[in-house]
Amino acid sequence: MKSGSNLEKVILSGQPAVTAELGPPMGADPHEVIKKAQLLRGFCDAANITDCQTAVVRMSSISAAVLALSEGLEPVTQMTCRDRNRIAMQADLLGAAALGLKNCLCLAGDHQKFSAAGKLKGHPGAKNVYDVDTVQLVGILKKMRDEGLQEGGDKLEAAPKFFIGASWTPMGDPIDFRPINLLKKVNAGADFIQTQGIYDIELFRSQMEKIHKMGLHERTAILGGIIVPKSAMMLKYMDSSVAGVSVPKKLIERMNKAKEAAGDDKKKAREFQEAEGIKLTVELIHQVLETPGVKGVHIQAIEWESAIEGIVKAAGLYPRPSV
Amino acid sequence: MIVGSQKPIEEIWDMVKDSKKVLVFGCNTCIAVCHAGGDKEAETIAMMLRMRASQEGKNIEVKHFSVMRHCEPEYFVPVMEEVKKYDLVLSTACGVGVNFLSERIGDVPVYPGVNTSFYGGVPASGVFTELCGGCGDCVLHLTGGICPIVRCSKSLMNGPCGGTKDGKCEVSDEIDCAWYLIVERMKKLGTLDKLAEIQPPRNWSSSAHGGPRRIVVEHLQELEQKEDNKG
Repeated sequence: MKSGSNLEKVILSGQPAVTAELGPPMGADPHEVIKKAQLLRGFCDAANITDCQTAVVRMSSISAAVLALSEGLEPVTQMTCRDRNRIAMQADLLGAAALGLKNCLCLAGDHQKFSAAGKLKGHPGAKNVYDVDTVQLVGILKKMRDEGLQEGGDKLEAAPKFFIGASWTPMGDPIDFRPINLLKKVNAGADFIQTQGIYDIELFRSQMEKIHKMGLHERTAILGGIIVPKSAMMLKYMDSSVAGVSVPKKLIERMNKAKEAAGDDKKKAREFQEAEGIKLTVELIHQVLETPGVKGVHIQAIEWESAIEGIVKAAGLYPRPSV
Repeated sequence: MIVGSQKPIEEIWDMVKDSKKVLVFGCNTCIAVCHAGGDKEAETIAMMLRMRASQEGKNIEVKHFSVMRHCEPEYFVPVMEEVKKYDLVLSTACGVGVNFLSERIGDVPVYPGVNTSFYGGVPASGVFTELCGGCGDCVLHLTGGICPIVRCSKSLMNGPCGGTKDGKCEVSDEIDCAWYLIVERMKKLGTLDKLAEIQPPRNWSSSAHGGPRRIVVEHLQELEQKEDNKG
């Protein structure tokens, strides 16, 4: 056992793992985190606590993770390379370990430009860091954990025992490099992988075949990413604008049909689409879990944490194993 | 070459409006190639400042002239006495020129007429693109001759992030994803397998993060001393 985290134990038990996502609030109210943690607790093995996702200032991942932990929800701390150099990263992660956090997902992080997308002003003029990249950060965490050494080589008095994760965009450009990308993350020491949202199951499976041939599925636990769709508009947006995500036309058509069935009733249109979105999510979960080499799912119900209970139950993934 | 662009005339005017005698001092190397601060541009800026001064009813004498380079004394020393006659020098050289001249001109202020941007090339007439970050520890042999430090918006060393779409960077669809270019280039060169090697965390001390840099070429110093002794 590398970390003793619940997520690690579930993966080791051979049962399909379920992770979810909790977005910290744009404010200092702990109850926002506590409320969300209560919605997710019991319906996933661990929940990612995002680290200023889309470069928007929010309560920090580590502090929100501690709040979640105190509510009985195991967190996956996220650490992006955008905002901290290796000194700050290691210091924060030592603190995270001391506070009882056991999982850490390493990410490049969205560029600060995204913070001003939509209605927010954000901080598009911020200076980013990128002292190290994701692969290097994974390596730093492994060195801290397994060798008890800082990146620079100094000894740690006590090593932080993290279950180390990394993200992977299996269907991103340049697509033939993506397996090599995963290989590097695994070689660096990624114990688990959470993928970008999957809608095009055929394309995902063809990428996973390559991973299978490389034997990477045996060296890391791949959790397929599922982004719960709320509307036809959201699916169209993700297809056209989100890198590494392609949505097959028939899925968009299904959502469109659900919307049209409501006629002019906007409230109904929303309800019908949400119901169809959950149905679609459950199907995707099954298809992803049936893909050889996949060890679990990472379900992202963005600002819709209340949907997780129904999804996990409908997918037959409830109750979560107690290990 | 060093690429820059002319500062907005309003900003320049704010810098010079309280002076009596202004020299717009052009530089005819890099910054002239990008049409930001060569002799022609210095002349134009001087003309615009004279017009602005007359509109504002201010009595400012604005002249211009240029030298080949602001970054080596041999080019501006011959005109230094003339330059010192002004009470403000607006240098349209890159930031190197402004710094270099400031330290050698005595009490005359040297202000920038140009925003110095990057080291770049000229892929098409009127287009300048950033191609080198001057990081002091070149890795182009590992990446097919395409710089991940400055051409990747996140300076990633081990491959693309998840933000690549249709070969473009997540920051803008006008920016090519450097890693997309690197992968395509290395496929062509038959060296894609090299990219599977993990690049460890970089030592950034060779870049600006290690403090201001200085390179000393000893044999050149010695050569100069010998020539001085002969003379």
